[in-house]
Amino acid sequence: MKQATAPVSKGPSPVYRPSVLRRFKKDKWLYMLLLPGLLYFLVFKYVPMWGVLLAFKNYQPYTGFWNSEWVGTMHFELFFSNPEFFMLLRNTLVLSLYNLLFFFPAPIILAILLNEVRIALFKRTVQTLIYVPHFISMVIVASMTYVFLTTQGGPVNELLFSYTGRKIEFLASPDWFRPIIILQTIWKECGWGTIIFLAALAAVDVEQYEAAIMDGANRWKQIWHITLPSIRSTIVILLILRMGNVLENGFEQIYLLLNPLNREAAEVFDTYVYTMGITQGAFSYSTAVGLFKAIVGVILVLGSNYLAKRFGQSGLY
Amino acid sequence: MAKTYRSAAGTAFDAFNYVFLGVFALAAVLPFIYVISGSFATDAELTKRAVFLIPETFSVAAYNFIFSTNTIMKSIGVSMYVTVIGTAVNLFFTVTMAYPLARRSLMGRNTVLNLVVFSMLFGGGMIPTYLVIRELHLIDSYWALILPGAISAFNLIIVKNFFQELPPGLEEAAKIDGCTELGLLWRIVLPLSKPVLATFTLFYAVGHWNDFFAALLYINDPMKWPLQVLLRQIVLLSQAAAGDINAMDPNFVKPPDQSIKMAVIVVGTVPILLVYPFLQKHFAKGVLIGSIKG
Repeated sequence: MKQATAPVSKGPSPVYRPSVLRRFKKDKWLYMLLLPGLLYFLVFKYVPMWGVLLAFKNYQPYTGFWNSEWVGTMHFELFFSNPEFFMLLRNTLVLSLYNLLFFFPAPIILAILLNEVRIALFKRTVQTLIYVPHFISMVIVASMTYVFLTTQGGPVNELLFSYTGRKIEFLASPDWFRPIIILQTIWKECGWGTIIFLAALAAVDVEQYEAAIMDGANRWKQIWHITLPSIRSTIVILLILRMGNVLENGFEQIYLLLNPLNREAAEVFDTYVYTMGITQGAFSYSTAVGLFKAIVGVILVLGSNYLAKRFGQSGLY
Repeated sequence: MAKTYRSAAGTAFDAFNYVFLGVFALAAVLPFIYVISGSFATDAELTKRAVFLIPETFSVAAYNFIFSTNTIMKSIGVSMYVTVIGTAVNLFFTVTMAYPLARRSLMGRNTVLNLVVFSMLFGGGMIPTYLVIRELHLIDSYWALILPGAISAFNLIIVKNFFQELPPGLEEAAKIDGCTELGLLWRIVLPLSKPVLATFTLFYAVGHWNDFFAALLYINDPMKWPLQVLLRQIVLLSQAAAGDINAMDPNFVKPPDQSIKMAVIVVGTVPILLVYPFLQKHFAKGVLIGSIKG
């Protein structure tokens, strides 16, 4: 065995290095334990990864994977020349931008406000309540959205009707789609999102605040000079993750709210892949769309990670 | 911080802060309270006045209907089955894989770890995964709801890191006492990891109960739908769904009423609210905060 690849043993005799076979035999039980998990990753993660080759073939269910003809980049060309491509790109990016502007700061603000609460019981109660929606399924969230906003007896439209005399088709209008999605996200995830910031804030020495008060700092100055700097690195890491995921809008949430009437604002890459692939059976074409999205996603994650390192923050990888 | 210097602005800020947080916290649970009270109201009342928190006439008609309807009961059964078996499979796969990977001396360990991390960065996507499931003849099988998500790479790495931080002396002592590798895992490592495993049990279970995506993709037979899919059918697609459900169940003579929709939402939510106190106990301990990094 080569010196370089041999493991550094912490045992009493670092000179003794058993052969590959001996090591395999010694750990045979460990390898048996490893087997189910390894098989899982190969079958459900790596076979599909290799299956992206379908994007360059013309897959037909009856000819199978091997016998389908190669068509090169035909599906990509079809996709990029399709006017729907720009609609999907616009919808995906605008939704991500809204998310970044309106949702991203929300947990930070909420955590800072919670950090200012001095009555422990009040703080605990608020925390208990605002974490609940995180565990509720997207179907329930969409169902409650429907029950509240429907024009057929939903409380929001009933109130609207009794004050203004008209109803609004919230669920069937492209204009309302994005605000509803952002409100759902804030309701569901804002509370849960505070946890990571509150954990960082718990580590801040209370003496810092006491010293600041002695120096005459008011509440805003304490927040600005002590609270915010102590969660800055957390914010940067979450921002990197968010940047890397601009093409991820959450399939379930959008799919559940999507209908033919709001489609022009609601259809994104993921829902398009589902409709084209699963319901219409265009497997190769939809694989190409999915592959395009995945590759751009990897570039974005690695790129934003690189940028973060350039700016002196520790990256994720 | 009891003797804080108080200014008028500071007091005003506090007042605003308490009111704001109070309203925000209420907003997190108010929808549930509305839906719960709506589910106990009569439909006559729901059409008459839309906004209330306590129904005038208390009625359990919606629940009677749900619990006497085959399709709904069946889907609750499916969801419970998938949650129990699925969580057991998750734990088995996660623990058996994390344990060997926690051993730094294991040959090939880094290769496997890199495979796992890469799968978090890049995936084949929806369609190739769907075709694999189809080739395995798992369409319309409950295993399609269980196997494709058997391991969460993120959870796997957290459990592996936890195993790695157990005192290394344990292993040596157990081996000297003649304990086999499996005995070591079963009798020493697992009992020591109870809090971590409890956390993942709860999170995996909530994930299964809430899962909609896998059933949407892999289950076509309406009699095998889990609750989340049926719930969507009843609430969101009521007009279209009434046809499907009529065909299956003579109980549905017209599109489901508002109170029935609300009652189904409650049935889908209650299990989560029941385990919530346990969930909170665990995530409050910060088990999941320990970042994946490092």
